Amino acid sequence: MRKSALLALALLFSPLVLAAEGEGAGAPLDWEHWQAGNEVSNTASLQRGARNFFNYCAGCHSLKYLRYSRMAADLKISTDQLKANLLPAGAAPADYVRASMAPEDALAWFGKEPPDLSLIARSRGPDRNYQFLKTFYLDPSRPNRSNNLLVSNPAMPAVLSDLEGVKEAVFRNVEVTVDGKVTTEKRFDHFVTVVPGQLNDAQFDDFVRDTVNFLDYAGEPSQVDRRSIGVWVVLFLLVFTWFAWLLKKEYWKDVH
Amino acid sequence: MTDAGAKGDDAGVDQDRRKFLTVATSATAAVGVVFAASPFVASWRPSERAKALGAPVTVDLSKLEPGQMVTYVWRKQPIYIFKRSSAVVAGLAANDARLKDPKSAESDQPAYAVNERRSRRDDIAVLIATCTHLGCLPKQHFEPGDVVLGADWPGGFLCPCHGSRFDMAGRVFNGSPASVNLRIPPYSFPTDNTLLIGQDESAAQGAA
Amino acid sequence: MASNDAEFKPGFWGWLNKRLPVAQFMRSQLLEYYAPKNFNIWYFFGSLALLALVMQLFTGIFLTMFYKVGDTTSFDSVEFIMREVDYGWLIRYMHSIGASAFFIVVYLHMYRALMYGSYKAPRELLWLFGMFIYLALMAEAFMGYVLPWGNMSYWAAQVIINLFSTIPVIGPGLVEWIRGDYGVADATLNRFFSLHVVAIPLILLLLVALHLVALRQSGSNNPDGIEIKERRGSDGKPLDGIPFHPYYTVKDVVGVGVFLLLFAVVVFFVPTFGGLFMEEANFEPANPLSTPEPIAPSWYFTPYYAILRAVPNQRLGALLLLMAVLLFFFLPWLDRSPVKSVRYRGWWYRGFLAVFTVSFLTLMYLGLKPATGAYVTAARVSAIGYFAFFLLMPLYSRWDRVKPVPERVSFHA
Repeated sequence: MRKSALLALALLFSPLVLAAEGEGAGAPLDWEHWQAGNEVSNTASLQRGARNFFNYCAGCHSLKYLRYSRMAADLKISTDQLKANLLPAGAAPADYVRASMAPEDALAWFGKEPPDLSLIARSRGPDRNYQFLKTFYLDPSRPNRSNNLLVSNPAMPAVLSDLEGVKEAVFRNVEVTVDGKVTTEKRFDHFVTVVPGQLNDAQFDDFVRDTVNFLDYAGEPSQVDRRSIGVWVVLFLLVFTWFAWLLKKEYWKDVH
Repeated sequence: MTDAGAKGDDAGVDQDRRKFLTVATSATAAVGVVFAASPFVASWRPSERAKALGAPVTVDLSKLEPGQMVTYVWRKQPIYIFKRSSAVVAGLAANDARLKDPKSAESDQPAYAVNERRSRRDDIAVLIATCTHLGCLPKQHFEPGDVVLGADWPGGFLCPCHGSRFDMAGRVFNGSPASVNLRIPPYSFPTDNTLLIGQDESAAQGAA
Repeated sequence: MASNDAEFKPGFWGWLNKRLPVAQFMRSQLLEYYAPKNFNIWYFFGSLALLALVMQLFTGIFLTMFYKVGDTTSFDSVEFIMREVDYGWLIRYMHSIGASAFFIVVYLHMYRALMYGSYKAPRELLWLFGMFIYLALMAEAFMGYVLPWGNMSYWAAQVIINLFSTIPVIGPGLVEWIRGDYGVADATLNRFFSLHVVAIPLILLLLVALHLVALRQSGSNNPDGIEIKERRGSDGKPLDGIPFHPYYTVKDVVGVGVFLLLFAVVVFFVPTFGGLFMEEANFEPANPLSTPEPIAPSWYFTPYYAILRAVPNQRLGALLLLMAVLLFFFLPWLDRSPVKSVRYRGWWYRGFLAVFTVSFLTLMYLGLKPATGAYVTAARVSAIGYFAFFLLMPLYSRWDRVKPVPERVSFHA
């Protein structure tokens, strides 16, 4: 985790350095290859991720296949903590995680119903969840004044900008040759932070990674169990196959 | 037959090793089959959804009059809740001689319901309304001397399927096909006028 | 040994065998069924295919207990299985990944037949039954793929059913009839469910039974392509044969162990197999207004899909796709070589088999890639290689300079 955070930081600053050396022709920020590097077995990270989700996401997004009680049990959150901090008024622990906003309001405000996030980590993968949350930038031409590198013109505003700060995207013109014709294309190069946020880069990176980690968990709550059972199954099958192999060798001594 | 390949002569064959390895492999396979079967067996247990739907049920008792009964469903089972007057409660002891299990020694109920009233509180009776014979719904016949059940009927329930009879505490009368009293779910009274079916102090978060 | 002495055993065993030939069946099918002793690794896949079938039936029966067919319920019920049924995730993964495992095993099983000429006389019917199993399996897998009603399910149904629209005259009407609606809809899903869980499994079981009976009748081929029945010892048993039990039962158990080991690694540690066994887009509910991008069929259909896309004409593309599958049926009659096994064939056959192998795998890869530029060119070249293997076979299998086939199988203990 720490390593990938540093890597992300290094990636964040590298274009600036390179741009200075090579007259603005440095390698652009390689956000498309950023990896979430999350660990679903890290319960502390999942707890922080759940907290992040309920503070910043659950207003609009539901997790309609996940029960509060299941989440609390898996994340080792006590029933009292669950009731005090995460469970909305009127909801029972066995209820599914529902967005607090009514769908028709969402439709009116954003022009689109915010998608359920139960399976977002499965349909997009944690890496793209991570890239999406980390590549919002200021775009005054848009109604919600923000845009995103992964999903252009998203209905979702930059809800994390108070934490991350406000970034501007720096684009540059690149000459591209397509079928012998030279055209110029606007390509993203790097971000510049114009308003600092409450978190520094490393803290924000952890924040996003925890959140993505929680979504990964929500996509398949049994995955930690799955892996731990798998170890035993594989060990058992190794023993069985080994016995079977000895037995086969023994019997095949007859065959000349 | 230089290389018949088949089990020609047994010379040089270590039969003990063969037997041991056969047993070892078969035993491991048998263990494997049991392990492999267990998730399939487990999948038939009540799902998380069934458990969530089986959460405790809250009943408001404030409007329940003596002699009145309400039916609720808890975990797919009908639950009878009725209020007994002190006269009815006092009369229960008179049934004892005609009952199969007056002390509820053989019957299924929480410890706090093992008494003559079969209840935590004298006035409120809570019963699982599933006949202990074959699962029909016993019908309410609270009037003593009921026309159907005769002059000596003290009031209680009659199962329409096979004629099992139960008294006002759900205890089964002699001559009924059912052999034990009506079952009782775990329950508690969070306040005087509230009944919580499916949860008591012994398992505070049992059915959550 | 008299064939019916079990009838005279005391107790239940004798009682049973007097009424049902259990002992006789076991003896004739296992102890007195002689299989060539020179089977190599390629001969594991028959028994493994049977195991895969049994596993699919078993897990499928359990999934059917929890799955709720319907355009508004299917997707939710699959997530219900994955999350709320105890070990539902395991049963579902076993079934989904089992489909891929089944195809891997079946493809290797079929390739074995190509290498060692197992489709040649006297095993033409055995081969045809096998090919019908392959067809039924493709239908079974396709319809099963539609059932979770994810977005890939929906669009797979849309694309595959539309292939029938290329049939002249009746095409459009036929497509509507298959769907039971004006688009892929609840009606389509419901009939696919019935076919997937009842009709096709019954057909599969019948075909598998016929395949096995035909196998027992002609006897197994072997890597040398030598008929072991033609060389018998003084006791009448094939000189190069060994009793199926215990020799091949204990050997197949090793194969089962290795197979289950690999299967378990995928099920427990990489169930989606990087999107190859379970696609990301299928974790989104069916959406008639949004085609997933990129869209590709399951990996086991991609060779045919790549052929379809390599042809710029719709009708011709569908026709070639159909041909690519059906040509397998004609192999016993396309092959004019006097020998069966690749070991004794000449360079012509070996060359064309190599071309086929490379073409098939290339097409499989290309079917997962977008149909653009160099990919299309590569797909066209590979398609030519694919068809050349079959269509030129009557010629090159005759020109081939075959080696003399020995009388006895080669075997090194």
